[in-house]
Amino acid sequence: MVFTPDIQAFCCHYTSQQTIAEGKEGLKEDGMPENVTLNRVVCTGKLQISTLLKAFENGADGVYVAGCPTDTCHNIKGSQRAAKRVAAIKKALSELGVEPERIEMFHLERGFHPEFIEVARKMNQRITDLGPCPLKGETK
Amino acid sequence: MIIAERKPINEILDMVSDDEKILLLGCRGCVSVCSTGGEREVEILASLIKLGMKKQGKSVEIIEGTLVRQCDREYIDSIDQWKGQYDAILSMACGVGVNFIANFRPSTKVYPAVNTSFFGGSPEQGVWTEQCAGCGDCILHLTGGLCPVARCAKSLMNGPCGGSVNGRCEINPDVECIWQSIYDRLGRTGNADAMQKIAPIRDWSTAGHGGPRKVLRDDLTV
Repeated sequence: MVFTPDIQAFCCHYTSQQTIAEGKEGLKEDGMPENVTLNRVVCTGKLQISTLLKAFENGADGVYVAGCPTDTCHNIKGSQRAAKRVAAIKKALSELGVEPERIEMFHLERGFHPEFIEVARKMNQRITDLGPCPLKGETK
Repeated sequence: MIIAERKPINEILDMVSDDEKILLLGCRGCVSVCSTGGEREVEILASLIKLGMKKQGKSVEIIEGTLVRQCDREYIDSIDQWKGQYDAILSMACGVGVNFIANFRPSTKVYPAVNTSFFGGSPEQGVWTEQCAGCGDCILHLTGGLCPVARCAKSLMNGPCGGSVNGRCEINPDVECIWQSIYDRLGRTGNADAMQKIAPIRDWSTAGHGGPRKVLRDDLTV
């Protein structure tokens, strides 16, 4: 059976601004996988660990955060904070015996750029290779 | 404040493996301030337990709650709002909170979700260091405000051991030699002579060596 992962992406307002302005169809034309759900937040520094864990609770196979480059975050340290929280979840996933690469932090430039699509495709490929998330209580 | 750290998630999962309904109970006191057992951490641990149980093919119901404190009986009594809704309590308070639940709810199962570490402070965000040993016989007025009981690896009372190098402790260069700091501080405050005083043999009974301690304030009891 073909496995299509549920991937939840959390993107900051600035990183995803122009890309999202293209709309769903525009993103699809650019090559954005349709199984990646974009969740826009004002700043990735606003993301709590519990929010990202809830994504796994709700059935995500993979989660990623796209925030500003570490040295040019609009809110100074927002994306650095997000990266720390993602690292904390990687550690927790390892403790639970789950692949830590099911969650990732990406630092992207603002505005329209192919990297926004690239990281989505990269995560899609990675999670497809890993298979369904064991935290869903289902077997591969 | 009391500093604590969350236990490894698998240790917690083992504790609660036979329980289907858990009251996960945070504390708004010290453990909330040190980001270990407050409301936010209750939310995180609840998610981790649910995910961990699901991975094991089990389901668990978690009630999330946070008390003002778990070290006062009046707040412990407020646990009754969840009466009959759980099989066990998983406390995110320090060991005092777990003990208090056990004391006042004798038939309720209670587990610790955190390791209670020490009495300390936060010199910078995300860092906590031990400052006080709660030894019950404070001598900080003699040591420039710096505690050799808590902060000297050997709890020496009469100056450094001789193993320190460049003001750092011989057990670990990341640890300051507190006696070097006491000496420096006494000098800066014009009290260097205090180093010459010999501290008498200490009575450690106040430090718990005489059994569990108790403070009774007659003016506050009715």
